[in-house]
Amino acid sequence: MLLIYCPYCEEYREEEEFRPKGEAHIARPQNPEETPDEVWGDYLFFRKNPRGVHHEQWLHAAGCRKYFNVTRHTVSYEILETYKAGQHPASDRAPGVGTGGAK
Amino acid sequence: MSQRNRLAKGGRIDRGRPLQFSFNGVSYEGFVGDTLASALLANGVDVVNRSFKYSRPRGIVAAGAEEPNAILQLGATEAGQVPNVRATQQALYRGLVSSSTNGWPNVERDLMGVVGEMGGKFMPPGFYYKTFMAPAAMWPKYEKYIRKAAGLGRAPRENDPDIYDHINRHCDVLVIGAGPAGLAAALVAGRSGARVIVCDEQEEMGGSLLDSRESIDGRPAAHWVGKVLDELAAMPEVLLLPRTTANGYHDHNFVTLHERRTEHLADTAPPAQGRRQVRARMHRVRAGRVVLATGTHERPLVYAGNDVPGNMVAGAISTYIHRYAVVPGQRLVLSTANDHAYRAALDWHDAGREVVAIVDARDNPGGDLAAEARNRGIRIVTGSAVIEARGKKRVSAALVAAIDVEGFAVRGTADALACDTIASSGGYSPVVHLAAHSGVRPEWRDDILGFVPGKVAGLLPAGGVNGRAALAQALADGTEAAASALAELGAQAASITLPEIRSVREDKAVALFQVPHPKPAMRAPKQFVDQQNDVTAGGIELATREGFESIEHVKRYTGMGFGTDQGKLANINGMAIAARCLGQTIPETGTTVFRPNYTPITFGAIAGRHCRELFDPRRYTAMHSWHVANGAKLEEVGQWMRPWYYPRGNESMSEAVQRECRAVREGVGILDASTLGKIEIQGKDAREFLNRIYTNAWTKLGVGKCRYGLMCKDDGMVMDDGVTACLGDNHFHMTTTTGGAAAVLDWLELWHQTEWPELEVYFNSVTDHWAAMAINGPHARKLLAELTDIDLANDQFGFMDWRSGTVAGVPARVFRISFTGELSYEINVQANHALHVWKALFEKGEKYGLTPYGTETMHVLRAEKGFIIVGQDTDGSVTPEDLGMQWCVGYKKPYSWIGRRALSRPDTQREDRKQLVGLKPLEPALVLEEGAQIVLEKELRIPMPMFGHVTSSYYSPTLGHGFALALLKGGGQRMGQTVYLPMADGQVHAATVVEPVFYDPEGSRQNV
Amino acid sequence: MSDAAVFDVNPAASVASESPLAACRPRVATLANAEGAGVVVRERAFLGHLILRGNAADEAFVAGVEQALGLPLPTKACGLSLAAEGTSSIQWLSPDEWLIIVPGGAEFATELRLRECLGGHFAVVNVSGGQTVLELSGTGVREVLMKSTPYDVHPASFPVGRGVGTVFAKSAALVRRVGEERWELVIRRSFADYLYRWLLDAAEEFGVHIAD
Ligand SMILES: [Zn+2]
Repeated sequence: MLLIYCPYCEEYREEEEFRPKGEAHIARPQNPEETPDEVWGDYLFFRKNPRGVHHEQWLHAAGCRKYFNVTRHTVSYEILETYKAGQHPASDRAPGVGTGGAK
Repeated sequence: MSQRNRLAKGGRIDRGRPLQFSFNGVSYEGFVGDTLASALLANGVDVVNRSFKYSRPRGIVAAGAEEPNAILQLGATEAGQVPNVRATQQALYRGLVSSSTNGWPNVERDLMGVVGEMGGKFMPPGFYYKTFMAPAAMWPKYEKYIRKAAGLGRAPRENDPDIYDHINRHCDVLVIGAGPAGLAAALVAGRSGARVIVCDEQEEMGGSLLDSRESIDGRPAAHWVGKVLDELAAMPEVLLLPRTTANGYHDHNFVTLHERRTEHLADTAPPAQGRRQVRARMHRVRAGRVVLATGTHERPLVYAGNDVPGNMVAGAISTYIHRYAVVPGQRLVLSTANDHAYRAALDWHDAGREVVAIVDARDNPGGDLAAEARNRGIRIVTGSAVIEARGKKRVSAALVAAIDVEGFAVRGTADALACDTIASSGGYSPVVHLAAHSGVRPEWRDDILGFVPGKVAGLLPAGGVNGRAALAQALADGTEAAASALAELGAQAASITLPEIRSVREDKAVALFQVPHPKPAMRAPKQFVDQQNDVTAGGIELATREGFESIEHVKRYTGMGFGTDQGKLANINGMAIAARCLGQTIPETGTTVFRPNYTPITFGAIAGRHCRELFDPRRYTAMHSWHVANGAKLEEVGQWMRPWYYPRGNESMSEAVQRECRAVREGVGILDASTLGKIEIQGKDAREFLNRIYTNAWTKLGVGKCRYGLMCKDDGMVMDDGVTACLGDNHFHMTTTTGGAAAVLDWLELWHQTEWPELEVYFNSVTDHWAAMAINGPHARKLLAELTDIDLANDQFGFMDWRSGTVAGVPARVFRISFTGELSYEINVQANHALHVWKALFEKGEKYGLTPYGTETMHVLRAEKGFIIVGQDTDGSVTPEDLGMQWCVGYKKPYSWIGRRALSRPDTQREDRKQLVGLKPLEPALVLEEGAQIVLEKELRIPMPMFGHVTSSYYSPTLGHGFALALLKGGGQRMGQTVYLPMADGQVHAATVVEPVFYDPEGSRQNV
Repeated sequence: MSDAAVFDVNPAASVASESPLAACRPRVATLANAEGAGVVVRERAFLGHLILRGNAADEAFVAGVEQALGLPLPTKACGLSLAAEGTSSIQWLSPDEWLIIVPGGAEFATELRLRECLGGHFAVVNVSGGQTVLELSGTGVREVLMKSTPYDVHPASFPVGRGVGTVFAKSAALVRRVGEERWELVIRRSFADYLYRWLLDAAEEFGVHIAD
């Protein structure tokens, strides 16, 4: 049970309020019709699934209904930071410091 | 003789309040304040169970959660049965009925014991795998017998009469364990004004202080406990939870606590103030910081015959004497590798019973406790250990010999010391389980000969679990842990004055786990490591010889650490033995993984209030009471309860559905359509958004018009469908499938928030605001005309138009859309007024034969028209083109809408994709099974290629035959072909491939 | 005014109306009187509920809302503006979404007034038929809430004038603290039966009274 800081509600909320939505920053190619099949296939189907620091998209389903991003370590489950849709992570820094996790 | 092991004085029991209880059918007496275990020991009950594999008689070994043997069945009634209760943690109550969980026909005269006698040869590790697994077909026969012989209790066969619940809690500091470290931590955190929860698994808080020989501020340690608990109880932000086990430590300091609220009172919860009370409660705690003060478990030594009743861990003896005034025997031999265990002998001596000898593995024990033992004239045998216990149902003697700890060998010959009790202590293992739940492995510390918790963010170990078990150390460590926790939270810690402790000097312990025996472990009398699973040192040795090198594999092969006690006493000894056999160190060998729950938890506490009628939400529409009053059979559609069909008299389902179908085709029927998802879309870019999210075009849809739309994921697969109406130029009312409502709203928000935030549009659910009723059939217009001020003339209000007005005096939006192919109006009104409108329709509808119909009839009617249901006729791998719905695809729309690009991928272009077709069974009355596989050959062979499956199948009273929709490879090219559907019973059905529209293909009926 | 369709969904003449709880018959022993009850539950049915969408960073929008409603628009997360007499309120739901509750029947006039006072990109959605309000009071309420929602309802984290959308049992609710001992739940119509049963079941041990 993660404790997740919603950047819109500006406080920590329980995981039950959220829905995980997979890898973050999957941008839709700008000109889909000109995008080669292989690139389009990568966009549709291929995800990183790293062991370590990962950027994920979450939805605050029971709260503000906003999508946002979570930088989470997939082994320790430590949350390094959360940030709004359209924003970039502060860094791809290694786990150890962060705004997430325990209060 | 009653309570022959009870002392006349002392203990924390109330001799003025005796309690009757029974064990295996015999009545006994104990006192308020007893545990079931202390009461059994007081009454001299030696054998409490038979062992799992060898059926050996077993007695009580420990005094707490680590007990492996005294796992009993409780309950005076069938409904009150509770399996796997640790007698050491079960408070005694009046009328308690208990029995052994193992032993058949009973513990004293055990049939399996015959097998057990010969067991050594016949039941090596892996016995079950090796013996019973082949042939596999025989396993069910063996299993029945083995389970009966080896079960650990049984579940009740009647419904649990009790109630349970969950409670969510938040605190700054959660203190787990109310011994010296935990209480000191709680005191600091409490005085600092923090929100504090203190939980402790025992009946009474105080932990080791309740059985300590030491004094605090010159008074018995237990006195200090009372003082601290009084102070904590008076603090408004401190919550004390006794009888509450911290069972799981989860991510980000989320801890589940299992509180047993009434299990100390009776089988089932007695009412409180005339009201039902909760029997057990799960606290779901989110803690800022966790102070882990779980202390240690004493490790027994592993010697031959160490499972004969009368063998106990040393500390348990002190606990039974101090807390319960029970001395569980007459003559004691203590075998130890450390100073601390000397307490047991001193306490035994204080109680006036004979200490035959203290056998110490060390050559020169010189600590304070050893000195006291010497002063009392107790015989101390140094450089030695108990190498074997003698006796069958009770220890009769201890074989003591000098040993070479380093060389793992017995020196010289053994002396037999007559005794009835052997206490042993191999050291103290920090209770690291909760910290290890985080996935962080414990770390070995040579100085304390034990594993301590690895570093876990937000969790602060204190006291014994942190390798600081001595009383003064533990108090200081608890204080420091709380101060650190508060500092990490940015709070100021109040200072406390540590009480005065006279320190007891203890000598260094020696690392002793398995005691050597003159015979090799494999041939010596069994040396038990895990008593609950009958795992022996010889078994572990054999496992390592057979090539199991990972401790996880050794665990699974031998069974060590499985079972309800999770090997609390066994694991470290087992690892040490495996390490010795593998010629490696203990840290190299490592521990197995600890998982929640720490001790077993009742299913009731897991379910909490989420059971019976509150198991899952049931959603109702505004007309639900009418449906129930009119005999509707209900169908669960997601969480919605929808009318399925409305049987009249003794009608069968099929008769009712046929009648409802005919009513719609020939007269008029009405469906409660309120469950459809409804989304309000407002904003100047609403239309552009629809163009991007739907497959078809929305640019030209005028105010007052509706359009059917298909929604795909970006992989081109259909995800939802529905009708969207243009309410205003910048204002739309979208409908979704019943099941897709929430997902579609999330989907719209996803694209808006993350890809197209520049579009000015807002989405909100109005699913619950509007109640919807669809009247369908040739008489629909006449019926509605009686109740509305809307002009219903076909040229004024045509198919796929919507109008607003009143229906039965209630403002309504009426949509002329049809899911049946008939003339149809879907009336939407504010839900609070819906029942009034629905009833008014029936008042006027009688003369038209207005017939309510349910989801089953809706399915038949829509399938006759070839209308798909997303999720039934599609499965996430079906494109609009597969459905033959090219008419609903805007190939020319300028923006590459969601799903557009994928439709030109080679895979979506394949001609042999599964496509939607109709199937007409050759046998007209036949209704094909939904899910039936389609093959092209009548003669079956294995394997044979499968070409698709039936997605929807019904009997049509209108057509007079069965019909089906199916997904069929290359289906569009197979019109007129005969296909076959082999069934599980060997029958093979035949059907002709036809177009999926069976009824009124021109669509003339909905357009009148 | 925007190019949105407006529609007064309330009938001109009175017709029978049912709240979402009209047919709910919970199987819980309730107390006949509020006296001695640890929890008092009262449905505030048939109120006007509007969802307002707009840009809180736009001063004209914020001012327009206040002008239309006479209540400040809460722009801080989880803010709840309450009218002194308790008849209307605005609750922050997300950075661009609010719930406005007004006396029953006033929702259409309120919507028109908002549309008059606001310009640019905004939305007003009537959801009055889709939800209802339960008012909870009594000494046991906080514990009943703790049994139902993972959100921290301790006074330090949940002062009067706060409202949050969160998980409630296996559904969701808006939880609002409207007074020292007074809370409100805004719940969806289709889940109302489940949530009401849940609430009474959780409150039973404190003694629960259902007020009119
Ligand atoms: Zn949020």
